[in-house]
Amino acid sequence: MKVADKKRLLREMLFARRFEERCYEAYVERNIGGFLHLYPGEEACAHGVLEAAEMDGDYVITSYRDHVHAIKWGADPREVMAELYAKETGVSKGRGGSMHIFDVNNRFMGGYALVGGPFPLAAGIAKAIQMKQGKEICICFLGDAANNQGTFHESLNMAKLWNLPVLYVCENNLYGIGTRIDRSTAVVEQYKRVSAYNIPSAQEDGQDVEKVYKAATKAIKHVRSGKGPYFLELMTYRYRGHSMSDSNAYRARAEERMWSKRDPIIMLRDRLVGDGHLTKEEYTDMDTEILDEIENEVIAFASESPEPQVSEVERYVLAENDPWVRGGVQ
Amino acid sequence: MAEIMFWEAVLRAHDEELANDPMVLVMGEDVGVVGGTYKATLGLYDKYGEERVIDTPISENGFTGLGIGASFLGARPIIEIMSVNFAWLAMDQIFNTAAKVRYMSGGQLEAPVVIRSPGGTAHQLGSQHSARMEKVFMGIAGLRVVTPSNPRQAYGLLKSAVRCNDPVFINEHELMYNMKGEMPEEEYFHPLEGSEIVRPGRDVTLFGYNISVHWCLQAADLLSKHHGIEAEVIDLYALSPLDRAGIRDSVTRTHRAVIVEEAEPMVGVGAEVMAIINEECFFELDAAPVRVSALNVPIPYNHALEKTALPDANDVVEVVRTMFGV
Ligand SMILES: Cc1ncc(C[n+]2csc(CCOP(=O)(O)OP(=O)(O)O)c2C)c(N)n1
Ligand SMILES: [Mg+2]
Repeated sequence: MKVADKKRLLREMLFARRFEERCYEAYVERNIGGFLHLYPGEEACAHGVLEAAEMDGDYVITSYRDHVHAIKWGADPREVMAELYAKETGVSKGRGGSMHIFDVNNRFMGGYALVGGPFPLAAGIAKAIQMKQGKEICICFLGDAANNQGTFHESLNMAKLWNLPVLYVCENNLYGIGTRIDRSTAVVEQYKRVSAYNIPSAQEDGQDVEKVYKAATKAIKHVRSGKGPYFLELMTYRYRGHSMSDSNAYRARAEERMWSKRDPIIMLRDRLVGDGHLTKEEYTDMDTEILDEIENEVIAFASESPEPQVSEVERYVLAENDPWVRGGVQ
Repeated sequence: MAEIMFWEAVLRAHDEELANDPMVLVMGEDVGVVGGTYKATLGLYDKYGEERVIDTPISENGFTGLGIGASFLGARPIIEIMSVNFAWLAMDQIFNTAAKVRYMSGGQLEAPVVIRSPGGTAHQLGSQHSARMEKVFMGIAGLRVVTPSNPRQAYGLLKSAVRCNDPVFINEHELMYNMKGEMPEEEYFHPLEGSEIVRPGRDVTLFGYNISVHWCLQAADLLSKHHGIEAEVIDLYALSPLDRAGIRDSVTRTHRAVIVEEAEPMVGVGAEVMAIINEECFFELDAAPVRVSALNVPIPYNHALEKTALPDANDVVEVVRTMFGV
């Protein structure tokens, strides 16, 4: 990876971290409602994988922990924050919220709240790509605990059966809410589970963005070549509770400390500094600039935007003025 | 007009829509090589190939979700669920994704899938193959529900459903696939909203849908012949949204209403039509509306028990006689 790209990735990941931390504050300030699932600690997963994918080509779909994936895939952070603020200017017009970030123009096909729900949707997106004989692929990010849903097995089976161009990325943060993976899952190493479907897979360190990028490049090459699905397991950790309503009491502080020593942003920063490509001052300046941008542009935009019109509550339930409802009569 | 069977009508609609648009696909268990449990896709596998007429694994939630995902990119999947009882397994994707994705994306995405399934009670199939679930689908915002009572509707509703940009659930009936009916030669698209007056009358309205339209028609004949009561029969082929204006207009003409449903009464079509009558034309009523429904039991295997659990034309005649005191 070129130095310039590494530096850009560092900035993007730091932006993602600060964005999520600011969401935390906004939630405490009651500017964000509902369930809020944050991504700090896991930044290298979305950034490393999507760095290897084709923007304006490949499709991305994920769970409720979706802000960072959307932003990396082109969504305007101001519109993502406006969505969290439930504003009309939000990516999903204030109808979706944190768990339902959609940016279809950028081929970000949404965040979904049902654990395991996107597995078959991703296979379907891949099926449509295949019908159109496209070169694109679909990338589906989900958590480790989602792999215990039936949709995991059903979708892997169909994806391999029909050799669909889909990359499943498992962000293994070792927990499904408060249940540690070895207490919920008979086979703890997720990449092994897909061998039952004859799907190639790999496990990679999800804290090192360069390693993730490399593993994803290989995975994407496989999928794009028409050989069918691939499964990439990334070992990672979330710093905060599962959502804002989670006390996080079930994790040992020693475990948290151990993971914080492998912070994806700090690791990349130190590597760049060590190699003489970045100074500590440049990093601090970058951070200040990001904090300014988040406050003065992102938060300002979200706060100042209008709410949806209450009179429009029944819009978007069904298609508007669809002639086939009248049997094709205009 | 030619007479064809119900399954042939469904097959013709599939065939025409597959020919019309390369993004139309058919998927479900045994829809391909076998040609469909009720022959609704017979021969299409050979004609359009395995990539568009897809034999799926027995993974209802999985393949329904796959169809929904494909529809995000412009595919028009027609998903056959072999029996509506198995649709429970696909409820997650139907309700949580198809019905809600337009709304929660602020109008960015839509899921133009058709999900069709035989959803009545056949003969002695037992509790787990006899459910009627139209009421469950009706209760969900974002989903259209239609249910044909004859081959012409089966054909025209499927054609419109494929082209409509909303997810549409089509409720068919195991016992109706061999039913014959008139079919226009030319291409025909049936509206997905509204209702049809299938027999005009002045004394009482019998509301039916799918198989119960036929019970209503039988009952109307008996009532006319033996009691001089002229019943109007309304076919509610669209269950969601229901035709409020059509219901109001008919009750305003006849001042009496009976709703006939094959399903259990709880939270059903009858309850819903009664609520509409209350809201739209309560003061037009000369008698309290009545519903004729199944008993609130799982459907039994034993023939006599099964027959007792289900309503029929005689039950309709009886409630109308009681209503008129004759
Ligand atoms: C079908 C379903 N069951 C339960 C839940 C509640 N729930 C939300 S997230 C979650 C844990 C998921 O963990 P994982 O897949 O590992 O993702 P992570 O949150 O760790 O990123 C649970 C149980 C849900 N949203 N959907
Ligand atoms: Mg997890």
